[in-house]
Amino acid sequence: MIKNRVRRGFYADSVALMRIARELNKGGITASLMIGTPSNKALLKESGLLAKEGEGARPDDLIIAVKGKNAEKALALAEKLLSSGSAGPSSLPAELEDANLALISVPGEFAAGEARRALERGLHVMMFSDNVPVRDEVALKDLAIRKGLLMMGPDCGTALIAGVPLAFANAVPRGDIGIVSASGTGLQEVSSLLARMGKGVSHGIGVGGRDLSEEVGGRMTLAAMDALEKDPATRRIIVISKPPAPSVTKKIMARAKRSKKPVTLCLLGSDRKFGFVRTLEEVVQKGRKEKPPKKVKGNITGLFCGGTLCAEAQIILMDHGLKVSSNVPVPGATESGAAHALIDLGDDEFTRGRPHPMIEPALRTAYLVRALKDKAVGVVLLDVVIGHGAHADPAALIVEVLKGSRKLVVASVTGTEDDPQVYSKQVRTLERAGVVVASSNAAAARLAAHAVGGRSIT
Amino acid sequence: MASKSLLAAPPRVLNIGLRGFADDLAARGMAVAHVDWRPPAAGRERANVLVAWLRQREARIARANAEGLRRMLAADPVLVDVIPAGKAMPELGEHVVLHAGPPIEWKRMCGPMQGAVAGAIVFEGWAPNLKAADKLVASGAIDFHPNHEYGAVGPMTGITTRSMPVMVVENRAFGNRSYCMINEGLGKVMRFGANDDEVLGRIRWLRDDFGPLLGAALRAAGGLELAPLIARGLAMGDEMHQRNVACSALTLRALAPHFARHAPGAETLAQSLAFIAGNEQFFLNIGMAMGKAVMDPVRSIEACSLVAAMCRNGTDFGIRLSGTGDEWFTAPVELPKGLYFPGYSEADANPDMGDSAIMETIGLGAFAMAAAPAVMGFVGAGRASDALAFTRAMGEITLARNPKWTIPALDGQGVPAGIDVRKVAASGVQPAINTGIAHRKPGVGQVGAGVARAPLACFDRALISFAESLGFKK
Repeated sequence: MIKNRVRRGFYADSVALMRIARELNKGGITASLMIGTPSNKALLKESGLLAKEGEGARPDDLIIAVKGKNAEKALALAEKLLSSGSAGPSSLPAELEDANLALISVPGEFAAGEARRALERGLHVMMFSDNVPVRDEVALKDLAIRKGLLMMGPDCGTALIAGVPLAFANAVPRGDIGIVSASGTGLQEVSSLLARMGKGVSHGIGVGGRDLSEEVGGRMTLAAMDALEKDPATRRIIVISKPPAPSVTKKIMARAKRSKKPVTLCLLGSDRKFGFVRTLEEVVQKGRKEKPPKKVKGNITGLFCGGTLCAEAQIILMDHGLKVSSNVPVPGATESGAAHALIDLGDDEFTRGRPHPMIEPALRTAYLVRALKDKAVGVVLLDVVIGHGAHADPAALIVEVLKGSRKLVVASVTGTEDDPQVYSKQVRTLERAGVVVASSNAAAARLAAHAVGGRSIT
Repeated sequence: MASKSLLAAPPRVLNIGLRGFADDLAARGMAVAHVDWRPPAAGRERANVLVAWLRQREARIARANAEGLRRMLAADPVLVDVIPAGKAMPELGEHVVLHAGPPIEWKRMCGPMQGAVAGAIVFEGWAPNLKAADKLVASGAIDFHPNHEYGAVGPMTGITTRSMPVMVVENRAFGNRSYCMINEGLGKVMRFGANDDEVLGRIRWLRDDFGPLLGAALRAAGGLELAPLIARGLAMGDEMHQRNVACSALTLRALAPHFARHAPGAETLAQSLAFIAGNEQFFLNIGMAMGKAVMDPVRSIEACSLVAAMCRNGTDFGIRLSGTGDEWFTAPVELPKGLYFPGYSEADANPDMGDSAIMETIGLGAFAMAAAPAVMGFVGAGRASDALAFTRAMGEITLARNPKWTIPALDGQGVPAGIDVRKVAASGVQPAINTGIAHRKPGVGQVGAGVARAPLACFDRALISFAESLGFKK
């Protein structure tokens, strides 16, 4: 039985709604709470949760959709949880008169409008929201450049500005290394590796995953490089991106050459002979030798919350002569059909209408359970991303489903000792449950490759 | 270099969306404010399309708006005289009745407005009594027009006829004049629809005794400059719509010597001074005539998206834009939210009414709420910090701050001035209006006070017509 209830003119953010849905998803009930935008209604329809009442909801209404035996009871519980004050009155000030940065995480269809307003008010923007049309991205970045502002994103999950971690970021000491990154987890991994080596970051400027595409043309990467070049606190610049469009690579290379400060270009998977750095790990250190695990039969299944960590792992597996498929394949990998599969669970197809798996890893847990049961899988490769914005204890969620399994699980933790989840605590939790924890995402991928007999090259 | 300013110091963050991000920052002791974001209401898609279309004509609109703002901020309004309405507005002849708000015919008028119309007809002697007055109107013998179309404004019902005494405000920067009836005081008055002998008697006294004396005093004083008076009033806790305590006292103080010199006798003088002293809203009507005088030069500037007038007639809310000339854009008026005097409730309330929203149009009233925390008592929680939030929110839909009228509690920032129809339509932020609440039955008078909101539909309609004036085709 499918039941919908519509609350007129009600809004709560997707994380708050997801928490309530999780409470309802027990005892044979499938539930979802969504704001009634057309895209959300399409999602509910796809998952067979949309009833007639929900179809009539407007974008400023909330749809409570439940499926299952005790649907009425679940609806009542949802109402109770909604009124129990998770969306209670704010203790924060209504507005900050001299704010200089707008952090925008509203649903994608409204994000561009909010960003435009912020830029017009002279605010820099960090846009966490994704599913924003690329045309809007170009227009917003052009507006920002005209006004001398930074437009970080859309789909910018991480930034470190003057020592302040924003959205998904780690507690990293301040130093003189400035990072421009088209990848949130790329920035997190590099800044965390630096921090664990005792080095610090001046600023980490996110630019959004599409900035180095042909259409966007590296607009904000170039603007951020300018800003860091002028910034007195920065002495060295690192640029991190998945493989950019060739025309954009040229622009970035030319800009790096002109730079008055040394620039390291980490364009993931690019050829070393052009002076590029090929993996996130190499930006910071030479690949460390770690004790190889036992050899296992079967393939590698990688379940990633961080898109760039997924890309880095693909590159490393391929460097070990392994064939790799991914939903977000790097050049050389395929979309399907290869023996080893690495899935980026943070990709748009998974996050539409639900929180990112770094906030709410329930989605990965489901995939992990499946992989542990799958006889064809020899190694499960995981990233565990901690820091501000991330789940309070992701290691615990993983360990919970590992009980009783004897499958080889290799993981790395992206984060620092000063993060709320504490790096060493997360490592310990995983190790106690038998997980092999490597010193970096790249190292974890290498260990997995060795375990399935990949040829050794580094 | 603005991007340098982001890197120079820890950022001060406005968080729009996921609350957790703000909580994280706040927990670290960082400067952060969380915006209680909600998706724009259904049906805003069309407005967004128009706003995007207009953005391509930004340069032209920006030029026109700069001119509109220049005229608005250059205004030099002076209260100069009191004269009969018929003399001020020669077209205001026999059987012509001016009312508040956008155009409306007799049948659609709310109770208080019909009551006031009947009273005014008796006052003018066009009918011997109220019953005969109603009959006269029903016969179609009365011509109704908005005050705004005659250069006048009026609070609440805003009924103005030819022998009523109107105050004259001259905008010396542009030479235009505007008019408003003298405020009758509180309680049972014509602006709330009352029309018995006591009410008409008071208007006669205003016409025969008080009006001529006030006029003489003003002429002798060489006029009363209003822009500096408002500036002082803001510093003394007035927002000039719901609270005029300071400005009324300042006016009395400035004019008392001239009253004394020109009064025909001690009794008239005493009555006149007591009349002003006994009415804390005395200044409202002066402020309204001023608002009209400030905004009239801003009317009819091609491609200017500024709101030139907001007003309501108790049935419809109406606005005019500079760029679309004399066209009215109307929508059903909303019920104000506020506090009721003991014994009354929302069930007794008449919907929002009066030309007094001209105060908000020039950046006073609810737009200047931060100056008048005392008014917050009428609005919800009533915290002083809420008053600041009101003014800041109105800053989201205006183009400038008025440097002449500053607010101490906002570190001397000016009141938000120049409502841009595009900003209202794009943000969905409805202009707020501080208002008295009339009883829905004629003659009972004021039953409360609170805040009304300008309906978005007016602005949506205005936006379409504005875009069409610049070549937009459906």
